[in-house]
Amino acid sequence: MAGQGFSVFLFQSSSYALRAEKLLAQEKIRSKLIPVPRSLSSDCGVCLRTGRADKKKAIMVMEKNSLRFEQVHDLK
Amino acid sequence: MADFSERVGANPGRAGHRLAVEAGRIVYNTREALAEFFNAPDPLRIVFAANITEAINICLHGLLEPGDHVITSSMEHNSVIRPLRYLEKAGVAVSVAQCTPEGELDPEEVDKLVKPYTKMVVINHASNVVGTLLPVREIGRICRRYGLLFLVDSAQTAGAYPLDMKKDFIDLLCFTGHKSLYGPMGTGGVAIGNRVATDALRPLKQGGTGSHSEKEEQPDFWPDALESGTLNVVGLSGLAAGLSWLREQGVAKIRRQEQKLVRKLLAGLEELKGVTVYGTKNATKQTGVVSFTLRDISPSEAGLRLDEESGLLCRVGLHCAPLAHRTIGTFPQGTIRFGLGAFNTSEEIEEAVRAVYQLTKRS
Ligand SMILES: Cc1ncc(COP(=O)(O)O)c(C=O)c1O
Repeated sequence: MAGQGFSVFLFQSSSYALRAEKLLAQEKIRSKLIPVPRSLSSDCGVCLRTGRADKKKAIMVMEKNSLRFEQVHDLK
Repeated sequence: MADFSERVGANPGRAGHRLAVEAGRIVYNTREALAEFFNAPDPLRIVFAANITEAINICLHGLLEPGDHVITSSMEHNSVIRPLRYLEKAGVAVSVAQCTPEGELDPEEVDKLVKPYTKMVVINHASNVVGTLLPVREIGRICRRYGLLFLVDSAQTAGAYPLDMKKDFIDLLCFTGHKSLYGPMGTGGVAIGNRVATDALRPLKQGGTGSHSEKEEQPDFWPDALESGTLNVVGLSGLAAGLSWLREQGVAKIRRQEQKLVRKLLAGLEELKGVTVYGTKNATKQTGVVSFTLRDISPSEAGLRLDEESGLLCRVGLHCAPLAHRTIGTFPQGTIRFGLGAFNTSEEIEEAVRAVYQLTKRS
């Protein structure tokens, strides 16, 4: 069912992920910074996890603030 | 800072665990606080450095190429004029706009030095020798008119005098943490405006950034491209504390207070015989720095005696700014300089004037 589970956003650097966390919080979107799952990238940093239901809204917030993310994945 | 060291102590952006994220958050929050404080376009365009000297070097070495022309003022600190003189040897043309003996700069002096290949104007917002404020906004306007980049050394003003990247047309606002931002030493950086393209600024150093670790090439995005190596997170947490204190106080209030003290100090010193005060001698035209000389005692001796006899700590000599001392006519002996901050009181000013009076009387 759509809206269940998590989505994760990958960024070029943790500074971007931290900015995203702040911007989403301002819009009352819950998120959490977690280590990047090995299956998604070999990079050692963090990524931002949101509820899958919030994915679209999160993308809009980031676009509005010209914050670029590299990838977004739905977690199984 | 103690809180960071005891509770966090991890390296931001180098791992994904909870404490590393917390360290990253402290650094990011400091970026955000600075962006808000200077009205910078984006917290990710706040680049940290060890101090303003490094920040200025990042900008000048990163942007200027042989064949470029740059304009600066005759009131600059060595942290500006030395990198420029170094770059001059590599083929960058440098013009110095002449300031008055009071340290003031007529924007017209900058305007008339602009050439077709001028790339940048670099000035301090206020002199560290006499405190004289330079007309940043007017010069910023000139830069916009000619399409030049505008770099401001805010070491003497950030936190003590209002500064706004947008209103003042500043493209590169360099700051240092340990003065009027009330942060610790070893913190500083530059806020970069939208007119500076990421690929136009070559990184001064390359290395680990915690991002794109699989690549052997330096990342090409900010702040990472310009921030190789572990940041001074302990210091930055202190800078964040200084900024939040400043936000509570308000720069306007601090400015009013300092202006009152400067007025009192100027009036007190000017009454003394054998004392020459430099600068505009007008509290509205300067920051909390007052420079003077004594007719009969050298600055170095005066400094020692003020310390030993009155416990007054001041800096004497050339203040890392020989160019500025040439401009005001006090090279090479220099001056005695009092620097005031938000924690000074009216009584301390009276005490300082009394101490200087004692010196003049006994010599
Ligand atoms: C105008 C000015 N620029 C630059 C500096 C250099 O500051 P820092 O030693 O923090 O790099 C100072 C401080 O001495 C200063 O007053």
